[in-house]
Amino acid sequence: MRLLGGSPRGAAEALTIPAGALAVSLILFGIFVALAGANPLGVYETIYSGAFGSWFSWQNTLQRATPLMLTALCTALPARLGLVVIGAEGALIIGALATVAIASVLPGASHWTVITAMMLAGMSAGGLWVGLAGGLRYYRGVNETISSLLLNYIAIALMNHLVGGPMRDPLVLHRPSSWHVGERNMIGLIPGMDVHWGLVFGVVGCIVTYVLMQHTVFGFAARIVGGNVRAARMAGVPVGRLTLVTCLIAGAAAGLAGTTEIAAVHGRASTSLVVGYGYTGILVAFLARQNPLAVIPVAILLGGIDAAGGLLQRWHDLPDATVHVMRGIIFLVILASEPVYGRLRVFQQSVVAPSNGAVPREAA
Amino acid sequence: MIPGHCGISRRAVLKMMAAAGASTATVSQWPRRASSASRLVVGAAYVGPKDDYGWNQGHAQGVTAVKKIDGVKVVEEENVPETVQVQKTMESMISLDGASLIFATSFGYWEHMLKVAAKYPKVQFLHGGPTVWKEGMPTNAGSYNGFIDEAQYIAGIVAGYTSKTGKFGFVGAKPYPASLRNINSFTLGARTVNPKAMTQVIFTGDWVLPVKEAEAVNSLADQGIDVVTCHVDSPKVVIETAEKRGIFSSGYHVNQSTLAPKGYLTGAEWNWEKVYTDYVNWLRDGKSWPHMRRGGLRAGIVRNAPYGPAVSEKARKQADDAKAKFTDGSFVIYKGPMKDNTGKTVIPAGKSYDATDIWLESMDWLVDGVRGSTRS
Amino acid sequence: MEALGWWGVPLAVLGGAIRGSTPFLFVSLGECLTEKSGRINLGLEGTLVMGAMSGYGVSYLTGSPWLGVLVAGTCGMVLGAVHASICARPRVNDIAVGIALMLFGLGLAFYLGKPFIQPNAPRLPAIPFGWWSESPQVRAALEVNVLFLIGAVLAPGLLWALYNTRWGLAIRAVGDNADAARTMGYAVDRVRLLGTVAGGFLAGIGGSFLSLYYPGSWNEAISSGQGLMAVALVIFARWDPLLCLFAALLFGGAGALGPALQSVGITSGYYLFNAAPYVLTLLLMIATSSTQRTLKGAPSELSVTK
Repeated sequence: MRLLGGSPRGAAEALTIPAGALAVSLILFGIFVALAGANPLGVYETIYSGAFGSWFSWQNTLQRATPLMLTALCTALPARLGLVVIGAEGALIIGALATVAIASVLPGASHWTVITAMMLAGMSAGGLWVGLAGGLRYYRGVNETISSLLLNYIAIALMNHLVGGPMRDPLVLHRPSSWHVGERNMIGLIPGMDVHWGLVFGVVGCIVTYVLMQHTVFGFAARIVGGNVRAARMAGVPVGRLTLVTCLIAGAAAGLAGTTEIAAVHGRASTSLVVGYGYTGILVAFLARQNPLAVIPVAILLGGIDAAGGLLQRWHDLPDATVHVMRGIIFLVILASEPVYGRLRVFQQSVVAPSNGAVPREAA
Repeated sequence: MIPGHCGISRRAVLKMMAAAGASTATVSQWPRRASSASRLVVGAAYVGPKDDYGWNQGHAQGVTAVKKIDGVKVVEEENVPETVQVQKTMESMISLDGASLIFATSFGYWEHMLKVAAKYPKVQFLHGGPTVWKEGMPTNAGSYNGFIDEAQYIAGIVAGYTSKTGKFGFVGAKPYPASLRNINSFTLGARTVNPKAMTQVIFTGDWVLPVKEAEAVNSLADQGIDVVTCHVDSPKVVIETAEKRGIFSSGYHVNQSTLAPKGYLTGAEWNWEKVYTDYVNWLRDGKSWPHMRRGGLRAGIVRNAPYGPAVSEKARKQADDAKAKFTDGSFVIYKGPMKDNTGKTVIPAGKSYDATDIWLESMDWLVDGVRGSTRS
Repeated sequence: MEALGWWGVPLAVLGGAIRGSTPFLFVSLGECLTEKSGRINLGLEGTLVMGAMSGYGVSYLTGSPWLGVLVAGTCGMVLGAVHASICARPRVNDIAVGIALMLFGLGLAFYLGKPFIQPNAPRLPAIPFGWWSESPQVRAALEVNVLFLIGAVLAPGLLWALYNTRWGLAIRAVGDNADAARTMGYAVDRVRLLGTVAGGFLAGIGGSFLSLYYPGSWNEAISSGQGLMAVALVIFARWDPLLCLFAALLFGGAGALGPALQSVGITSGYYLFNAAPYVLTLLLMIATSSTQRTLKGAPSELSVTK
């Protein structure tokens, strides 16, 4: 299995350390809820059953994980080059606006034409939005973290302005909203499931970008840049083009999330789009250690925590912010576990130690 | 006063943790659908925190009243975003808690609620807001809304008597019909007392923006305005800032008089307690209900807060008289001739719109005497 | 009160600048200090909100708003210490830790803050600098909180201290070249720990200003992103504490411009007005950044300037 680390030991390490960090975070979180007067074991059980306990819970979890997969890619891909992009929130919104705009100029077109056009529009708009941050980084030396943060605020203001004025549907009275893309252009649910097609986009997006980053010359070059920009430049790697293209792909992923929010959920753009999928995506990317393939299970894990959040309110009288505290603890512990990589003797011996329960057999 | 983390003693925590560790049996005692099957379970979703001194608190007060009914269990979730997430929240309340009545209390929940309603025909779904149920929509769905502008009209009368400058301020979130109707009714009420009364409107741009709301009140006060009211999700900051500036305030959503003991005149409030208990009682008794329930002062769905100390006897009397006319159904606010603030006639002479008229729910103009624009 | 008409706009912007700038000022001074030591703390938004919550809560429980301010600062110090101690470990990305701390701080503040939304806590008093004026509007605009004054004195004070004291030198040395600083005998991680803890202290105090003075209320939407914006503001101010003061005044005044213009009848495009500070910062960064050199005043160890 060469998915995670290159060597079987690396793979075992890449699974064991996050699993261990997760266990530590759960213990810390348990202490936290116990201090608040809740029964930690009961809380764990509720989280499990709310997230993965039944087919209903699974669908709930997958539905919530869907946008996170795509927004996480927006941070994970540039991270391979050593860039910290936090602009998924803005790219999602811009992608959504472009989706609505393109649908409105294609009134007579066929169902499939419109859907294809919407996806392309969302991806290009999101791509250009984050590409702007990438371009500014390369050509002007503007820090991409700060510029993508500012672009988030600008995107939200732009959307508010457009749906309240130029793009406003006057028939929607009670909330400034854009025109609807048309019921017949909506993409529905995956057959047999209560989850929309965005899940497929998310999974495919993660797999495709994984292959791109791990098994192509492009990805190889990107990793060289991430390792050492100067060395890469000396080796003749086109750093600028790589930065730009990677940011374009990253933004396109978040833009596609915007398209799905429009075409599978809302039908029109409004403030309902601003719910923090972009910011949660950053968390997913870091938890997945910027590996596009690992983004899938991590997004599902966080979607599950989110799905269980309602039950914590209803069954344990815990505030809604409990989920945020839990996410914060997991994020901090995972980051703090970073130095452990390469330090555990278990993974440095030639023979791998007996696998603990967290490590799948084929990985060990 | 402070539950949970502050009030609990260390010993209690230790004991609890020991208990939790000793017996896994406690785990399986968490509420399950089976345990609530015999009871009527009511689910409620809020878009913000339940105690925001505003919109969400008004609904939460209504739901709290429902909790007191025998044999009723309530499950609530706050801060539920207006996306597919609220669909999942409702479905989860139904399939995991056995809820058979759902209150969706934010405007943006409507489309999501209709989708879930189509899927669960045996569960009743009710939406709080100016939404219109039409033939062809799920028959187990409906909406309820109050004519809170009638209470604003009364508040306008009170403000008109109390103000020295005849200038009023209105802090809005966004120029949408219900806000515009509140602004218009408030102004019309004030103009019955002072025909030259003027209302200045400031839209902050979003439902909760504390700093912008405080800035808005400050710049209104700078313009010589001495009564401020609002239509934002959480009026706390508006009322408190007005009190700090030494001007009068008129509340919205719920009673905020404790925040401004000197300057609070009255306020336009919801009475969801009545609406929610009605629904639960009807459901238990097997009665049917209308798909759209609307009402104002007469139906008891809205009310005014008790008058503050600054309100004169004369103002109280005039306001109470007007209230009586609403209650006996002899008064209509929107009666022609009426002009908007651009000089255009919006209601011709002889024409009048009863509060229940659906035309009023699409209001897109500001009445003569209001300074402000309906564009964003 | 007499109406001011158009004169109300500059007055509102002046008043708004004084009222609205204090959180920006404290957070940006804190961030400036941290960044000067070579680390960026993106988590100050969480610190700010945590400060707002704890300040309000303590003021309510003890009746003393000043104790609230102190506790808010202390909470900020704790969060700063967490940031610094995680970042001190090898291969840890300080930007990521900041984002994690932001999520954690916000979550914790909302979690613990539920019981304090309803009660009324004693607020910080104001000093009436407008006593000389007949106009109530001028008097209101010149009501100044002591924290603003402290911040206004602190800004030049920090500038002076950074260039004229031993610990100022230590911070700059560590921020400009960690290896060189190490050979000079500075304990790099400890200097950065102190820089981040001090930064957290200031950010926490900035938060208490939000809940205890202006707008003077604790709720979950109390911050409109001032903590995140402060990071951009420091770059805007070129890592100069004194310029942080002016930038904070500018950002605070910009927040008052939209409502003030509406109060005199300019009613459209307020979303775009609201976005002005972000656009301005981005344009300024584009205009002054360069791929050839690091920004003037920028600590060269700082990840966002590399």
